[in-house]
Amino acid sequence: MSPDRVAAMYELLEQVTGYIYPNEIEVHWGILVVVYPYVTGVVAGAFILASLVKVFNIKEVQPTYRLSLLTALAFLLVAPLPLLLHLGRPERFYEIILTPNPSSAMAMFGFVYAWYLMGILLLEIWFEYRRDLVVMARRERPPLSWVYRALSLYSTDLSEAALAFDRKAIKVITVIGIPSAFLLHGYVGFIFGSVKANPWWASVLMPIEFLMSAIVSGIALVIFLYMVLWGLRRQPIDMACLDKITSYLFYAVIVDFAVEALDFIHRLYQSEESVKILGKLITHKLFMSLFVLQILLGMIIPLGILVLAKLRKLGDDLRKMIYFTAAILIQVGIFSMRWNVVIGGQLFSKSFRGLMAYKMEVMGIEGLITALGALVLPFIVLIVLIRLLPTTRLGEVESPTA
Amino acid sequence: MNKREFLKGLILFFPAGGILRAIAEEAAAKETTAKATDKKASGSAESKGYDPADHYYGMGIEIDKCIGCNRCVEACKVENNVPDLPFFFRTWVERYVIKWDGEVLVEDISIKDRKSKASAQEDRDVVRSFFVPKLCNHCANPPCVQVCPVGATFSTKDGVVLVDSKRCVGCRYCIQACPYGARYLHPVTRTADKCTFCYHRVVKGLLPACAEVCPTRARIFGDLKSKASRLMRFTRMNKIHVLKPALNSEPKVYYAQLDGEVR
Repeated sequence: MSPDRVAAMYELLEQVTGYIYPNEIEVHWGILVVVYPYVTGVVAGAFILASLVKVFNIKEVQPTYRLSLLTALAFLLVAPLPLLLHLGRPERFYEIILTPNPSSAMAMFGFVYAWYLMGILLLEIWFEYRRDLVVMARRERPPLSWVYRALSLYSTDLSEAALAFDRKAIKVITVIGIPSAFLLHGYVGFIFGSVKANPWWASVLMPIEFLMSAIVSGIALVIFLYMVLWGLRRQPIDMACLDKITSYLFYAVIVDFAVEALDFIHRLYQSEESVKILGKLITHKLFMSLFVLQILLGMIIPLGILVLAKLRKLGDDLRKMIYFTAAILIQVGIFSMRWNVVIGGQLFSKSFRGLMAYKMEVMGIEGLITALGALVLPFIVLIVLIRLLPTTRLGEVESPTA
Repeated sequence: MNKREFLKGLILFFPAGGILRAIAEEAAAKETTAKATDKKASGSAESKGYDPADHYYGMGIEIDKCIGCNRCVEACKVENNVPDLPFFFRTWVERYVIKWDGEVLVEDISIKDRKSKASAQEDRDVVRSFFVPKLCNHCANPPCVQVCPVGATFSTKDGVVLVDSKRCVGCRYCIQACPYGARYLHPVTRTADKCTFCYHRVVKGLLPACAEVCPTRARIFGDLKSKASRLMRFTRMNKIHVLKPALNSEPKVYYAQLDGEVR
């Protein structure tokens, strides 16, 4: 053990208040495990937004359909990275897939992930892009045309019947995809919610909270990307689309807020053995990240300004600014929520008698730099994907429907 | 077969062969590790006919007998190569001081280099005070075994919860799931580690190191399947209780004279 780490642990020992079990000094799930549910949340949320177009026929949202799908894919591809890096023995990760323990929620990761990636997302994207891929394979010059040919899996059929089949396939996949997206993120919530030893985590509402916050973060991120990308391309933003998505965002935040408030009130009212230490936890350790960042900045202020934008008939530019601000604030709020769950759940002793401290590494493999890398990487993947796969159907004029 | 087909076949053959071999190795490895643990279980005592199915181990702890000498903690650290730092313990001893005003002071007396907060208490403020040795409870319904994604932590037939450090991926879900704080991540192996009831000694008919060195016999190790064992006698002679029974983990470390303040 390096002397630095020993010194760091002695330092943490000094910051303990009350009594903790001696093995509890280390926070085992650090910043990387905060990043993981944030990233998968975006996947599930962006997919749900995409499915609004195909299943519920909400035409206004069409301009963001492909962007949502590509966002979901980019984040899904990066999702296993923070998990892998946080393992003590990352070189043995494949055991989770080869010899999974059927009673372990975590062991299901490989299956849920593989199903979602290959059974849903890649399939839907392929059917959505098949026509464009065939067209681009013909239009582009080698080597790019080879890439498109390979991506289209060497299909060439552009007949009306084939295109109709594509549309039908997308619809079927989306219908299966919605419960799968719920599964993907509800499952992440279950990993925490099923730990009976930890009263901050153990809650039957945890999967629902994770799911709602996933939808919130996914929609907000697509709004953010839509505005940034279309701004960079100097293309007009479709205000009808933006108004529609933000109203979905608004409702999603309200439901998310309601579910989390219910959980909070329920715990307070039930007032079980752990209530005192959890009270100390949120006032001493999580005040900033819970009350200020998550609730005030991440929920109340965005809700307030969204209401303002809807009630007062504000001009387009002002509305855009409000939507953009709300989307960013909501990201901050959802990331704080992940922090409060993951780190918060490890800052109090299971003896319910004391609080610990978390000191984030900066350089280490489980440190801040790695976490930032894992957060930036999906955007880089997304840029590559967008370069390769156009966000609007070929041959369609991109103009506001309004 | 022409040359082209042959080359094609060759290109496919090598990666496919590699994958098959890896899978075969993995399957074979599982077999041998299972056998190896069985062998370890029987160990050198195989000749004496040790059968894990004949035993079911637990530990009794008589709180009134513990004098807080910490010999069990030291013996454990030496016997099991537990890092000699105050953050890693397979067993530790807590001191409880309960005062007139209801305040409860708890301290881990196994952390040597911490200044004692409780020792300065005036005697007249103290209602009662006692020591509580803690260790892995070797639960019959272990939450750690349930959550381990790769099956690296498991219950043996003779009722001991063990970790296979060659299989553990270090995800630390078991550490989160343990209600008793009995597990830690070993800083050298980077895998989960905890009390094994000194399994390597027990299968040879020896006592766990902590029970062996306890000068007051506050720790009673024994076999729940044998009516004549010291542990069964202990459970007959005392009212016993376990830690956090509401969690239904069914601990097999039984405490006599356990105070309600102990968690």
